Amino acid sequence: MSERRTIEGVAAPLPISNLDTDQIMPKQFLRGIDKAGLDAGVLYDLRFDGDGEPRPNFVLNRPEYCECRILIGGENFGCGSSREHAVWGLMQYGIRAIVAPTFGEIFYSNAVNNGLLVAPVSQLYWERLLADAANSQTNRMTIDVQALTVRSVNWTTGFSLSPRHHRMFLDGVDLVGASLAQRDSIAAFQQAHWRKNPWLEAVATKVRPVHVLGRGVDGSVVTRFSSFQ
Amino acid sequence: MYPQTLYGKLVAGHTVLRLDEDNVLLYADLHVLNEYTSPQAFAGLRERGIGVAAPEQNVAVVDHIIPTHPVRHRTILDPAAALQASNLKRNCDEFGIPLFDTNDPLQGIEHVVAPELGMIRPGMVVLGGDSHTTTYGALGALGFGIGTSEVEHVLATQTLVYRLAKAMRIRVDGRLSLGCTSKDLILHIINRIGAQGARGYVAEFCGEAIESMSAEGRMTLCNMAVEAGVRGALIAPDDVTIDYVRNRATDIGTDMERALEAWKLLRSDNSARFDEELHFEAADVAPRVTWGTSPEQSIPIDGVIPDPISGDSAHARNSFERALEYVGLSPGASLEGLEIDRVFIGSCTNARIEDLRAVAHVVGGRKVHPGVRAMVVPGSGAVRKQAEKEGIARLLIDAGFEWRQPGCSMCLAMNDDFLMPGERCASTTNRNFEGRQGRGGRTHLMSPAMAAAAALSGFITDVRRLEPQHV
Repeated sequence: MSERRTIEGVAAPLPISNLDTDQIMPKQFLRGIDKAGLDAGVLYDLRFDGDGEPRPNFVLNRPEYCECRILIGGENFGCGSSREHAVWGLMQYGIRAIVAPTFGEIFYSNAVNNGLLVAPVSQLYWERLLADAANSQTNRMTIDVQALTVRSVNWTTGFSLSPRHHRMFLDGVDLVGASLAQRDSIAAFQQAHWRKNPWLEAVATKVRPVHVLGRGVDGSVVTRFSSFQ
Repeated sequence: MYPQTLYGKLVAGHTVLRLDEDNVLLYADLHVLNEYTSPQAFAGLRERGIGVAAPEQNVAVVDHIIPTHPVRHRTILDPAAALQASNLKRNCDEFGIPLFDTNDPLQGIEHVVAPELGMIRPGMVVLGGDSHTTTYGALGALGFGIGTSEVEHVLATQTLVYRLAKAMRIRVDGRLSLGCTSKDLILHIINRIGAQGARGYVAEFCGEAIESMSAEGRMTLCNMAVEAGVRGALIAPDDVTIDYVRNRATDIGTDMERALEAWKLLRSDNSARFDEELHFEAADVAPRVTWGTSPEQSIPIDGVIPDPISGDSAHARNSFERALEYVGLSPGASLEGLEIDRVFIGSCTNARIEDLRAVAHVVGGRKVHPGVRAMVVPGSGAVRKQAEKEGIARLLIDAGFEWRQPGCSMCLAMNDDFLMPGERCASTTNRNFEGRQGRGGRTHLMSPAMAAAAALSGFITDVRRLEPQHV
């Protein structure tokens, strides 16, 4: 996917400090058991009034931002609830990157795990990019994921990502798959950990016994740590 | 050995592998699941054709979407919510995970249920698909919230790819004065350092104010520390912790002596280096109430709403003005005397037995103001039963409170309990975000005692000014 290397498109200014995930994805959209349809919920109360009519002045409802792919958010963007629905919804809505001074910690991890680029920029360049985003003549930006830069018509600035996260954005990494490859190390760790701390073994089922362990998806009976064997 | 922080010890004791400079593969002793952040994770396991690595180290609770109507047998009428609950049951049955289902007598809010049943023990790492998993730090366990992708990772491997945090120590000297609680203390701290003042840190609380706090009070503190951005909150285990845990974790049995020895070592070494140290005086803490739409926006009950000019940038001023407009208040105004429509006593922050005792103590024989609808939602079935045994339920019902079934209820209004647009609520919850308790609803966060005082008065008021009651 070319967007792993370069994200290009309209950037919308959303300079709200502490924009929490309750606002990014309100509760009424959290009732599914899959990830479908979350684009409808993105920033719902900001996009729509109490009657469900679009607020014409809200930035994402304005025609010059209808193709928005980048949000210039405020500090502590995505603070609050751990709901990953916020990230899924933003991506379904077409957002590929959030540029902000700082991010809520859980939101940041959720974004990284889904390939939503999170670009923390300095306060100075944040103000500059925000000004460019606010003007329909200058609101197109390019993010070079390889070089870790955000470029607008007037400005270019760098941002940092840890080497691990950089690799995840560029190549995509199946963390579960990678960790499953470590199952022997995990099982060995667990045995030693329980020998040292026997009061931590099976802490959930000792308090709340499960009489019949279920069956795995492959039909095998789920016994203690069967997936490690 | 070089000196270590408690946080450093907990991470070292759970590191399966060092992945790189910033990340470790961290083992989780307990994973707490709920019905709304886990479905897609279980679906991910099915897509991969794999099972749950360690079902015995997982527990699930139905809490967010559950109705709290005071009926004996609860039925979830909303089809989407009912599907989330039945889906969780199916997943737990299939993968062998213990579940506290809708009508289980021990059902409740995950962060109330897990500690009270003895599942949380000092020295653990506890993960959960809910940001308030930081609660467990109150018992010397490193707890923190994760997203659904990470929930899937934990189900599949009982580990997490964990980005190391920085260590902060927050010392609170002296004792809280009468009428002030750990809720007031944490609102005070969040106000001073801001909603991202501890972002990137695991904060260890210490000092006389913390030492003299009950286990429940410590849970309130660690629970709400996440509103300052922490990636974990910790309190070193002491006699208070041990009393709480040993009475509940009865399965430890003959290993208890060994456990107590191990728990004694769970403290930061004297010369351990913290990346940041903060210091507060308990004497500076007054009963606090939030006025805005971020938990950092609070004032002492005898204070006034600050002026936006004090914000440090144009954007900060905009956010400030936006908050004031949403709550319908002006700079310079006092919150004392502000009329309210609703009172909500509940949530993973303040719905434990100690919180309900505090409410009952304030209420005494008095009545809820006729203009106010006041709800008490106990944190769990066990809390509800205990409150009924102690006569608290009777007293609150006689006073005019609704005495409801346990759940997250109106803390996040993902169920039948929510505010109507414009309604103003005195709430013991953790987030006064726009729309959190219902679209257009106006939330004022405060302690259970302050919420009780508001219920009786019909307006926000200083609980210390109410006539004392002798029940």
